[in-house]
Amino acid sequence: MTTSAASPPVFRTCPATGRRVHLPAERLIKVHAVSSVVALLVGAIAAVLLVLTRWQAVHLLPADWFYRILGVHGMSMLIFFIIFFEMAVLIFASTVLINSRQPALRTSWLAYVLMLGGALMVEWMMWSGRADVLFTSYVPLRADPLFYLGVILFAVGALITVGIFFASLVIAKREGRHEGSLPLVVYGAMTAAIIAVITLVHGAAIYMPTYLWSLGLMEVDPQVYRMVWWGLGHSSQQINVAAMVAIWYMLGALTVGAVVLNEKISRSAFVLYILFISMASAHHLLVDPGMGPAWKIVNTSYFMYMAVLASMIHGFTVPAGMELGMRLRGFTQGLFDWLRRAPWGDPGFSSLMFSVVVFGFVGGITGVTIGTEQINIIVHNTLRVPGHFHATVVSGTAMAFMGATYYLIPLIFRRKVAFWPLAKVQPYLFAGGMLVFTLSMTFAGSFGVPRRHWDISFSMAPFDVQFSPVVDVLLAVVALGGLTAATGAFAFIAIAVASVFFGERLETIPTGRAVPGIPPGLTHPPRHADDVDERNAALHAVSRLGPAPGTLVLVFVFLAAFVLYFYVNWKVLSFLWRIG
Amino acid sequence: MAHTHTGLDTPPRHWWEPAHRSEKVWVGIAFAWCMVLFAMMPIWHWKGGQNPSGIRSRTTPVAFMERVQEFITQYQVGDDRGMPIVAPPPGSDIYLVAFSFQWMPILKLQKDVEYTLHLSSLDVNHGFSLYPLNVNFQVVPGYDYGLRVTPTAAGDFRIICNEFCGIGHHVMVGRVIVDDAPAVAGAGGGR
Ligand code: HEM
Ligand SMILES: [Cu+2]
Ligand SMILES: [Cu+2]
Repeated sequence: MTTSAASPPVFRTCPATGRRVHLPAERLIKVHAVSSVVALLVGAIAAVLLVLTRWQAVHLLPADWFYRILGVHGMSMLIFFIIFFEMAVLIFASTVLINSRQPALRTSWLAYVLMLGGALMVEWMMWSGRADVLFTSYVPLRADPLFYLGVILFAVGALITVGIFFASLVIAKREGRHEGSLPLVVYGAMTAAIIAVITLVHGAAIYMPTYLWSLGLMEVDPQVYRMVWWGLGHSSQQINVAAMVAIWYMLGALTVGAVVLNEKISRSAFVLYILFISMASAHHLLVDPGMGPAWKIVNTSYFMYMAVLASMIHGFTVPAGMELGMRLRGFTQGLFDWLRRAPWGDPGFSSLMFSVVVFGFVGGITGVTIGTEQINIIVHNTLRVPGHFHATVVSGTAMAFMGATYYLIPLIFRRKVAFWPLAKVQPYLFAGGMLVFTLSMTFAGSFGVPRRHWDISFSMAPFDVQFSPVVDVLLAVVALGGLTAATGAFAFIAIAVASVFFGERLETIPTGRAVPGIPPGLTHPPRHADDVDERNAALHAVSRLGPAPGTLVLVFVFLAAFVLYFYVNWKVLSFLWRIG
Repeated sequence: MAHTHTGLDTPPRHWWEPAHRSEKVWVGIAFAWCMVLFAMMPIWHWKGGQNPSGIRSRTTPVAFMERVQEFITQYQVGDDRGMPIVAPPPGSDIYLVAFSFQWMPILKLQKDVEYTLHLSSLDVNHGFSLYPLNVNFQVVPGYDYGLRVTPTAAGDFRIICNEFCGIGHHVMVGRVIVDDAPAVAGAGGGR
């Protein structure tokens, strides 16, 4: 390879990790990450407006704007914020993490432009009131054809980037940049990419016909639409889960030196995700007229809960890997000393912990329970549903992405994290607010309070409906939690923007002393001693509870909570009218 | 290179290794729990009283609306501000139609009697949510969802629409009245 003096170098070496960073890839990572944060800003402003409207005592927006902004929030957050970030993660994993380069640069940029253009087109349609159909756009609610076209452009762009991801893995092998098996984090990212292909194919299968339908060129059956749309809508949540779990492994490694307990088990769990994920649309259709019980049971359970099994496995191996990582570095006292002595002031670590805990305890338990065929009768379209998914994709995925950003800023953007003291508390604000928000929303939903609803005082309805006064209190608490979380989101945006555009440049990352603005995992890398294998063997031998006894206790607490919640719901269901 | 490694490292050449017992135990227990989660659904179909199975068939807005009109003419007993109140005989097929932004008609039922409730929509998706019991079903245009229901308590109930259906979504409220069954008809059931 020849580089003349005129052409700038294409690679740099990361001072902290020693990895080769492909500069064009780095630029792509940056634009995707920045686009993602901009979408987050739009979504978070919308969130505040929504929260202040559903808080019945404030009731801020008029009805038409409430539904419009609800659509904007769903699209900007769930689709644009999350997917732009995921594209950044994919490019990062397939280049930086395996020392390789991004191929097909022109096409990569074209893909980005398609995504950006699609997103802008969708936003334009929604804000101008030409797509008041919410992000699910259930046919035959009708939006302007440009709305569907925008979604298609965005999806095509994403699909191209996913394709290039696979190409870079192949190239890394062929050019000898990477040998042997992929690191687990990259393997997880690859899982996300494979699911993304399945998802985006569903997306094409539903949005192409719907676009034609909106032009009056064909018919689309409303029930078929719901089924195929959720093939897109839910599988994309599985991309989020896989990407989030990959980031869990990454942040664990960076912040506490988390080790992989057993590659075989972690990788098999990722494979379970791939195998059973596309069945996931069913749990949105459990009380729909189009399908029978056998179809619903097999599909809602992802063929006997094999994807749930996968999550329960990662829910053990991730914290256990962190525990073992800490123990290997000498924090061996008792069951939970490793947890007490963990770097709680490192926003990468606290984000990781909150993401794992809230995703598991709130999102996971509620999700499996409400996705049970019969229990769904007391859940469908109530506030229990947004209560659940703000615990998964928001407290889980979004929180993990934020935590990862605190490391990407110094590693990729080569800047200090701005407003460092704020950054340290940001995960507490966001996760704490979201925890209150999701729990109170879930409770409100169990009174039958509908989701996506402008006025539950029903002041203009023909018949009166009077929810219990408890509901008013709960909705006020929802608002309180929501506003706290939104404050956390704005803090994150402020930090990210200030760091990326105005942050202090970092040429190298100093080690051995704490520097405000550089996460402790970089200034004090959690390296393992040379005799790590002996220590590891000793920890494995010491007790029947295994190398991570604290985590083992925690997962049994989790299981107890799960069993309790699940059966309480069956009990509540049994009090209803007989229905069959 | 050490064998012990993080998720960011390239794993050692041979990583297909037995897991520690504790890890296997957790995987085993998690698997068993997944089987319980799964088994509960068929078990509830068999033993439980609340299932979303129903009698499902295709229909068209026109055909369904005709059925509803017929039903109303046959059993109407009054009206509430123009909305017909219909009191069908025990055990019969009863009809409720959703359209933007109403539920028609008002149903007057008897406690502890089974009816087959047919739900459909004339335009977009709507959501059937029985207040205050919190019983929810999706109402999809073109599909007739026939659910066998047995009210187990008397009262004046509401039907809230809980699927976004347009700008009048939040005013879409219907009504179901359940009377205590007359003493003679205590046998109920009637199928
Ligand atoms: C920053 C804090 C956030 C707050 C306070 C918040 C609040 C809300 C509220 C109040 C609703 C409306 C619930 C209803 O009336 O049905 C909602 C819906 C929703 N939110 Fe959030 N949210 C936040 C962040 C997010 C994020 C980060 C995501 C995605 C990654 C997200 C995804 C959604 C989706 C998909 C909906 C459903 C929209 C619909 O029903 O059409 N939210 N959120
Ligand atoms: Cu409706
Ligand atoms: Cu509605």
